[in-house]
Amino acid sequence: MLANLPQLIIGLADLVAAFLFLYGLQRMSSPATAPSGILMAGFGMVAAVLASFLYVFSVDAAAQPHLAVNIGLALIALVAGGGLAWLSGKRVAMTAMPQMVALYNGMGGGAAGAIAAVELFGNKTQGATQLLVTLLGALIGAVSLSGSLIAWAKLEGVIKKPLRVRGQQIVNAAAMLAALAVAGVILFASLGGAPLLLATPTWIYIFFGLALLFGVLMTLPIGGADMPVVISIYNALTGLAVGLEGFVLQNPALMIAGMVVGAAGLLLTLLMAKAMNRSVANVVFTNFGDAPKQVQGAIKGSLRPVEASDAGIAMRYAGKVIIVPGYGLAAAQAQQKLYEFVKLLQAAKVEVKFAVHPVAGRMPGQMDVLLAEAGVPYDMIFQLEDINDDFATTDVALVIGANDVVNPAARTEKSSPIFGMPILNADKAKQVYVVKRGEGKGYAGIQNGLFYGDNCNMVYGDAQAVLVKMIEAVRGLGAAAA
Amino acid sequence: MDFSIAMTGFVALYVFMLAAFAGWVIIGHVPAILHTPLMSGSNFVHGIVVVGGLYALLNASATQQQVIGFVAVLLGAGNAAGGFAVTQRMLAMFQTSDAKPMPHHLHGHAHARVHHLKTR
Repeated sequence: MLANLPQLIIGLADLVAAFLFLYGLQRMSSPATAPSGILMAGFGMVAAVLASFLYVFSVDAAAQPHLAVNIGLALIALVAGGGLAWLSGKRVAMTAMPQMVALYNGMGGGAAGAIAAVELFGNKTQGATQLLVTLLGALIGAVSLSGSLIAWAKLEGVIKKPLRVRGQQIVNAAAMLAALAVAGVILFASLGGAPLLLATPTWIYIFFGLALLFGVLMTLPIGGADMPVVISIYNALTGLAVGLEGFVLQNPALMIAGMVVGAAGLLLTLLMAKAMNRSVANVVFTNFGDAPKQVQGAIKGSLRPVEASDAGIAMRYAGKVIIVPGYGLAAAQAQQKLYEFVKLLQAAKVEVKFAVHPVAGRMPGQMDVLLAEAGVPYDMIFQLEDINDDFATTDVALVIGANDVVNPAARTEKSSPIFGMPILNADKAKQVYVVKRGEGKGYAGIQNGLFYGDNCNMVYGDAQAVLVKMIEAVRGLGAAAA
Repeated sequence: MDFSIAMTGFVALYVFMLAAFAGWVIIGHVPAILHTPLMSGSNFVHGIVVVGGLYALLNASATQQQVIGFVAVLLGAGNAAGGFAVTQRMLAMFQTSDAKPMPHHLHGHAHARVHHLKTR
């Protein structure tokens, strides 16, 4: 009975952790309960990690002489890995969040792959099923590690351009098939067959090499703007790898947590692809910029530039204003100035709402985080489906640093590459002001009919500078009136 | 009493199936406004892999296994700690209009806001 006690405590701690993960994620269904949700999940994690040190009472006989060293190594790894990541997580800028998530995700994939490597090199798996699952988890984990690192490099700007060569997909497929073939060799040798050509450990090294190579090859050709989908895919894959290794280690907490994240990542990937009007396969296997450019029908009308101060004053005397922020706002780091302007409008009894497109920013929901960081209360932030009908009854739509997500061609022009994409109906507002650096096109490289509409005015300039002028104009007005 | 765990064959498949279903349903209820913290939060959850790393490292019986096990714990701990830190930071930023305005750029105030939201 007493010998069972550590096992019992570990089992209970893992059970509690699995429950707290599910409950914590469930509390993410509202911004009000979400902070306590992540805290609960955190408690679950701490409990599981502390309890896992009780494994020292039941280590393999072969590991017994190394136990003291192993415990020391474990503590160093925990403190070093956890400490560094904690500090980086506390310091990273909100605009750099996508690449940070990619990095942490790659770490998880690498950890799953490394666990599989220990099992494989130590020849610890029992039976064909366990070995097969170990290899599968290793493959997915390693792909997730190297793929996430490439995604990080692209988002961070280390790798600037998508790297594509002729026959890329054939090379990718060959790398994957080779990895699978080597997995077959390892499986064959471990189940009693004579090792083929090389010793089994050598094959294991080749197997991991090929898996890592495939992750790199698969991610390199994908453009930087598609990285959000890629991060989400790798998040799901890491979850899957963790779940599979959980099966190998006979740890239900890992199985459950991994599979929950796998399903969550899959759902998020599909949602994002839908918001970008593309299939997941299209994101992974082709490149948006490569699509042949359709000839567009000539857009009637002309661009009407106006002064920032005039636009600011017009909004001051409007009844209802909806703001459509895009990544250009974050690029100009003008979120704080924008909220300052919004508070001035609110003080003048103008009703202001924010309309956020699902793919505004460099990962889904990033614009919401950036607005929240600037202090914008979340009850002022509305998602596409909740606010789109409001534009028709709105006096002014202020579009800042957004382009494709307000392009009416998505509704009307069948030949457009963005046709069918859900857009914010800013063009339906009585008056539209578009803050833009210049006359350039959006990411999709197509003209925007909204800008040429009779109700649209262009305010050219850096978002930060434009907002400063708007604020000054409205403040000046207040002083004159008083 | 026997506290051993046997997750084989169909039992394992049922666990996977139920977990995947739970994940799909739970995440389906998360509003789009929280999709970034959700992604980093679910990223944090698979940081539980650190527990597997600890198991592998503690049972390592050769230098090679010790090195790889060390890497597993190092990376797993990074995944968990980093995922938690960024998620907590982001969620602390979300507040309602009737919340008392706080200096948003001071992270030291994050805890106060977490507390405020919890008591709502």
